[in-house]
Amino acid sequence: MNLLIAEDSDGDRMILATLLRRLGHQVHEASNGLEAVAVFVKTEPDIVFMDALMPTMSGMDAARRIKELSGTRFVPVVFITSLASEREQARCLEAGGDDFLLKPYSRVILEAKINAYSRVLALQHSVVQQRNQIRQQNEQMLAEQRMARRVFDNVAHTGCLDAANIRYHASPLSIFNGDVLFAAERPGGGTLIFLGDFTGHGLPAAIGAMPIAEVFYGMVAKGFGAIDLLAEINKKLGNILPVGMFCCGALVETDGARGTTRVWNGGLPDGWLVRNDGELVAVPSRHLPLGVQPPERFDATMELLNTAPDDYVVLMTDGFPESCDAQGESLGEDAVRQVLSELQHDDHPFEALMARLQAFTGHPDPADDITLCCLKIVAQGAIADVAESAPESALTGPGSWHCVYELRDQALADFNPLPLLLHICTEVPGLRRRSGEVFTLLSELYSNALEHGVLKLSSEWKKSAKGFSLYYEERTRRLSDTQGHYIRFTLDHEPLSEGGRLKIRCEDSGQGFDMGEGNDSPRPIAGKEYHGRGMGILKRMARAVSVCGSGNCVEIVYDWEFPMQGCTSQ
Amino acid sequence: MSVSTRRSDDGLVLVIQVQGRFDFSTHQAFRDAYEHSDAPVKEYVVDLTHTTYLDSSALGMLLLLRDHAGGDVASVVIENCNPDVRRILSISNFEQLFSIR
Repeated sequence: MNLLIAEDSDGDRMILATLLRRLGHQVHEASNGLEAVAVFVKTEPDIVFMDALMPTMSGMDAARRIKELSGTRFVPVVFITSLASEREQARCLEAGGDDFLLKPYSRVILEAKINAYSRVLALQHSVVQQRNQIRQQNEQMLAEQRMARRVFDNVAHTGCLDAANIRYHASPLSIFNGDVLFAAERPGGGTLIFLGDFTGHGLPAAIGAMPIAEVFYGMVAKGFGAIDLLAEINKKLGNILPVGMFCCGALVETDGARGTTRVWNGGLPDGWLVRNDGELVAVPSRHLPLGVQPPERFDATMELLNTAPDDYVVLMTDGFPESCDAQGESLGEDAVRQVLSELQHDDHPFEALMARLQAFTGHPDPADDITLCCLKIVAQGAIADVAESAPESALTGPGSWHCVYELRDQALADFNPLPLLLHICTEVPGLRRRSGEVFTLLSELYSNALEHGVLKLSSEWKKSAKGFSLYYEERTRRLSDTQGHYIRFTLDHEPLSEGGRLKIRCEDSGQGFDMGEGNDSPRPIAGKEYHGRGMGILKRMARAVSVCGSGNCVEIVYDWEFPMQGCTSQ
Repeated sequence: MSVSTRRSDDGLVLVIQVQGRFDFSTHQAFRDAYEHSDAPVKEYVVDLTHTTYLDSSALGMLLLLRDHAGGDVASVVIENCNPDVRRILSISNFEQLFSIR
């Protein structure tokens, strides 16, 4: 080993040096404290033998200095002393000394001590190595997480989380705490938001998030609704996650045109609807988390709320109510309710909740496992063609085709044909860019045919709060008996020189709509409502709209043009 | 030991008791409690009398026990939950999978 002796008595120093050299060590010498420090810096010895009393700088001061200089490296300092008093010996240890060697030297003791320190140093060496290894692995893991997060961002944030009516907090590394937040515009207008919280932390939690992002964005773009989405996410997670891992989650679907919001909550803390008049409606978890139940037992029943512009929907993961203050007390769900119930008219629930959290925890930054999302319900004006930004595919699609699709009997209750029909239409490249408009046309035709044609529901009911729930209860009840009914879509597409023409004919088995004034039709109200809203939307978008048959059939003609350079075709 | 087990007098019921915090640190002990039972078990009872806290990884462990006990035909009872623990179980709607009493 590499040793340093600091001793002002030349004789004593020589005796010790000779002894140590004979034991096979390399020895450096210093004759006072100051010199000892200088030699220490130059030679980096493994052990220092230090006389306590020396001129220029005492051994104790030199020991203190050497301990400072060695930082995290352990360098044993052994005081060579003939000081008999306990007080003096204690002072040596206080100065950073590790041991004593009493004069006169015993060769046996000296050798034993050096061997003992050699073992300690070997242990320390391996601890340092392990620490460096852990540090290095941690740095590598963080670098990998940053990289993984960028990949995840590209998949997860293709949606509309940055829309003006959405406020959210999610930690940049929340994905590694298992929290996910997705938002997307539905093709025909309205918003879908999914907030999920996977069990566990780190990579296992993050892995489940990727396929969910793909399912979410893929299915929303294709026109699938919330119920289909939930069933698919549950099935996918059931397939890929081991037993014992699952995802607590909530899904919100707004339909601005209809003034409805549907919420599903499986395992998250209460979600909240904050109405613009201050009324609070809790949306508690009513389901098992996603990925627990097999598909045949999964319940995608959503809570239906009638909502108006400037209402808010608030969702959070359990990290929010479980945030702790300095004493380890958690914020609690009652505090969340209290903040929301005390909102003043202009307060934003998101800001109020974040302010409360900050005041409670005393930290400016929330912890990693807190995700909070707040969606403001907005009026849906003229339906925006949200899909204009859809990338033009390099593939050419069919220009001239004809297709008839008829849903019958029980299938009317069980199956939503819109994604399929939208898919057929958007195989035409020019229509892919218009998928929002096409979806709106299809869904208006379909829901009017189903709700007013087949189920004979009156929109008039929806105008009162009581009628609103009656309408949807009746809708569910009547859907249980659709025997003998049908809805038939006939789609036709032909290319035109500047684009194409899509004809959609939608016919149902109902009795038709009242077309004229003063007609004694059994359902004049439904007829009027059909003209009032659905027809208005169709007329705004389509080139021509005509009602045929006994009013149970609507045909529309929709023309599209290739986009021109620098401007959008109408 | 934070997880302990005992058998009913007829030996058919395995009672698993969890003391203190039921979270990821109990993972191995909880698994050992039911995985190495040599005699057949008809019913599992998870006694949470002395459980102060339960997190989502504990919910996962309960699902693993249910799976081990036969999945949908499993007979797993969770009993004596304090209000906090009961609330966590009901937010996740575990009543649908376990009988909680």
